[in-house]
Order: sequence, then structure tokens, then C-alpha cells
Amino acid sequence: MRLRANAVIGGTLIGLLATVSFTANFWTPYAPLRINLRARLRPPSDLYWLGTDEFGRDVISRLMAGAATSALVALMTVVAAVVLGVVIGVLAGFLRGWLDRVLMAINDTLLAFPGILLALGLMAVIGPNKWGIILALGLAYAPSVVRVVRGAVLSVREREYIEASRVIGNSEVYTMARHVLPNCVAPIVVLATSMFGWVVLAESALSFLGLGVPPPAPTWGNMLSAARPYLDQAPWLSIAPGLCIALTLLGINLLGDALRDRLDPRMVAA
Amino acid sequence: MLRYILHRLLMTVPTALLVALAVFVLLRLVPGDPAQLMLGDTATEETLAELRSQLGLDQSIPVQFMYWLGNVLVGDFGRSITNDLPVLPLILDRFRVSASIVLVAVLLATLVAVPAGMIAAWKQNSLGDLMIVAGATMLLSIPSFWLGLLMLLLFGVKLGWLPVVGYVSFAEDFGRALAYVVLPTATLTLIEIGVVTRMARAATIEVLRLEYITHARAKGVPEGRVLWRHALPNAFAPTWTLLGLILGNLLGGIAVIETVFTLPGLGRLLVDGIFARDYPVVQGCLLFIAIMYVLVNLLVDLLYPVFDPRVAAE
Repeated sequence: MRLRANAVIGGTLIGLLATVSFTANFWTPYAPLRINLRARLRPPSDLYWLGTDEFGRDVISRLMAGAATSALVALMTVVAAVVLGVVIGVLAGFLRGWLDRVLMAINDTLLAFPGILLALGLMAVIGPNKWGIILALGLAYAPSVVRVVRGAVLSVREREYIEASRVIGNSEVYTMARHVLPNCVAPIVVLATSMFGWVVLAESALSFLGLGVPPPAPTWGNMLSAARPYLDQAPWLSIAPGLCIALTLLGINLLGDALRDRLDPRMVAA
Repeated sequence: MLRYILHRLLMTVPTALLVALAVFVLLRLVPGDPAQLMLGDTATEETLAELRSQLGLDQSIPVQFMYWLGNVLVGDFGRSITNDLPVLPLILDRFRVSASIVLVAVLLATLVAVPAGMIAAWKQNSLGDLMIVAGATMLLSIPSFWLGLLMLLLFGVKLGWLPVVGYVSFAEDFGRALAYVVLPTATLTLIEIGVVTRMARAATIEVLRLEYITHARAKGVPEGRVLWRHALPNAFAPTWTLLGLILGNLLGGIAVIETVFTLPGLGRLLVDGIFARDYPVVQGCLLFIAIMYVLVNLLVDLLYPVFDPRVAAE
């Protein structure tokens, strides 16, 4: 019962995010970057549903554009982390030997950093921009994918059906793609779902610090950071973007719980 | 037991060395010449060359690493480019601010979240359980910096109970210092309650299904005693490990909270260092926080057998 409620609410929230992000690409109520100094810091009204910011830009249009940016960054980061993690994890788990040991030593070192700290360090080197964030967060989160994939590969590689595939003359690459990888799909899906949430949070935190997507392009994080000085005069600027982040994370967490219940038999009874 | 401790201690040395290497390599990837960055565009060739040899930049990379590592080991983290102060005292000074907030928040969160999670597990699938899980999931989904802004909005702006901007150190004026750290601590506590409650609940559910619990109940042990005396020690062990990870992650991401509440903590030092391209400070902060994370997890692992003696016996 609860399982279904989780999936329905989580799915709805994430569906909403996808729809809004997609729509923002060709329609927003106002142009999200258009400055109108005669309409600065307007409270929510019929004209501007969620008010305007310190440059008179429409908040709801900027939230929509921000959703598109955040969703795209998060999606590309997760894809990058998963691709990198799967390639390295499969190599390490399947080939073993010294290559495995070297790869895992590097991997464990990266895991010894809190993800957000590693991303901060990488942003210091790369400099704040959209591709920089994708690269930094992708590198910061790939090590956990490597761990999961390597573990899954190690647990299946000695099974009889893998041996059988080799015995009948299938190549290593074919065996890996056809028989080993499908066993990793469930844990990767669960991990990738939560990772989407971590990345949305990390990206908004970096943007909030001024180390993410640079203004004037709107993201939820840099909107919040710009709202801090106007907490007194224009509290609506601080409320709306944070609510968007929170609802996205809630959707992801609920969806993640539902997926884990479905895909991880160990957790079903809990 | 002794073997477990020694083994775990020995394992920390290569990890710490690799972490140091990673920080060193990361900062070497920064485009441009550090000497040029330090002296600015007006520097002459001679002064540049002099500084390079002073910093050891004319040596090979492995030699530079060993040189840097040697300095770090004796506590010399270099000097800040912006104000020429030694980096380590700067870090330690800022660390006190961050550490006090983070430690108190994790302690308070544990005191609330562990009982909440256990009660939810004990009454699994009841209305109370549902409410605790829903509450925890919501807290888990709120970004800390947004909750911080909302707290400031409510208690600072609307009610006017607490200051909105600034910081006073505890040494200066204890009462006023307290007023500045209440909101950041409360924010982090609330955020962490979400994660810890979910972990404590999941761990307790697993433990309550075990036979020794059924056995205790069959003997007629009262429910309260079953829960607190028999289930708690085993259910707490996984939560204990999580606390180490949380502490490290909080320290890594503390900059956002310090930005919201304008606190002069370690996270702010790091971020300001990044903006000012003050690489000795950035390098020092990254290394310090990462080593702290390694040490906290070491401490957590060393104390783990207190909660689960089976680990040390293996």
C-alpha cells in the first residue's frame, strides 16, 4: 500500500519536473532574462504569479528555466557517472589482477573525500560553468558506481552460466555484455535514482555558493543565493526556489524508496 | 581485539597518503604558474624565478610532492597568498567554529532520531510509523541552505528573536555567541534527523525480526526492556557508521550553511580561497577536511566493536 503511494507521489513530482523543464525550452510566461527595472521586487500578483526579483525579472519564468538547467545538468551528470562507473567497475571486476588493484586504490581514495568536497575542489580547478559542474559532479559520484558494479560483477563472474558462455566459445566482451551486465542493472538503477537527487542538491549548493552555473542564467541555487540580501524586503524570492528543490528531492526520495522495495528483495519486508 | 585496532590503524596510513597525493595532484592541475599567481602580472622574470626556486617549483613533480608532504607533516601548510598568514593556524581557527556547530548538531540529531526510528520500527506500519517516516523523508528532502533561510526569515526577520547577520566568538561574549549559532545548529540538526531516523528504523526492523528478540519476548521480558536493552545495541551499530559519514559530509558541505548565516567557518575559508585563487588556502582546507573525514571514520571504526563485538572477533 505504502509502496504504491510512494511510487505515485514520487512519479507525479518527477513527471511534473520533466514537463516543466521541457516546456521551459520553448515557452515561459516572460523571458527569464528580461530585466525590467520599473518592476523590481514586486510581490506575487495577477501579473507576476510569484513576484519579481531585484532586476524585475519574473520569478516563475526563471524557476521554469532553472528547472530545465538543473534537470539537464543532473541527467547528464548521472549518465556520465554511470557510464564511467560501469566501464571501470566492469574492467576491475572482470579482469582482476593488478589493474583491479590500481583502479580500486584510486577509487577508494576518491571515496575518502566527501562527494561535495571533491566537487568543490574540482570546481576550483575547472572554474564555474555548466560543463564544469557536470564534469566535477560526475567524477565525484562515479566512484560509488564503480563499487556497486564491481561488487555485482565479482558476485556473478564465477557462476556456472558465465562459465558455460565461455565454454561454448563466446568472447569475453560478449559474455560481459550479454550475461554479466544485466545482473548489475537493478543496483545501478537504484543508485542512479538517488544519485539524481544528490546531484540536484549538490548543483544547487554549488550554484548557491557562486561556484555553479554563473548568472544571469537562472538556476534554483543561484536564485536562492541572490535572494539572501532581500530576505527582509522580498521573502518570496527565498521561498519559491527552495520549495522547487525540496519537491524535486522529495519526488526522487519517494521514487527511490519505491524502486528499492521493488528491485532489492532484501528490503521488501522492511 | 588488539589485532583489529592495529589492522585498522595501519590501513589508515596509505589512505591518508593517497588523499594527500590526490589533493596535491588536483591543485597541480590548476592552469597557470603559481609563482605568477602569487606575484601578479607586474612581477619581473628574476623575482619570479626566485620565488619558483623558493617554492621548489623548479624541481621535478615527485620531488615537489615529497617536499610539500614533509612540510605538511610538520604542520607547515604554506602561507596564504591574500594576507601572507600561515595557513594552518587560519584553518584551525576557522575549524573551531565549524566543528562546534557540526558536532552539536549530530549529537542532538542522534538523541532525537534514534529513539524516533526505533519507535517507528517497533510500531511498524502503524499511523505513528507512517507519520515518522513521512516526516523523516520530508526533512531528508529539504536543502539545508533553504531551511536555514526559512529559519532566518521566521526567527530573524518576522519574529526578530535572533540576529540575521554576523558572528561573535564564544571567548568574546558567551551569551551573544550563542544567539548566533542557535539557528545554524538547529538547521543542521533538523536536516540530519531525517537521515538518521530512516537508518535507525531500517536497522531496528532487521533486528526485531531476529530470533533472540522472539526468545526474549517468549520469556516474558517486558516490551520496553526488549526494545532498549536487547534491540538498541544491535540496531545502533549501522547507525553509528552512518554518523561518521554524516559528520564528514557535513564538514565537506558546511560552506553553504556558513554562507547563509554569515559564519566565519572552515567552509567559508575554502570557498573564499577558491574565489581569491588563494591556492595554498584551498589546498590546505581540502587536505584538512579530507584528513578529518578519514580520521572520523577511523574513530568510528575503532569504536564500532563497542556496539558490535562480533567485528573484532573475526
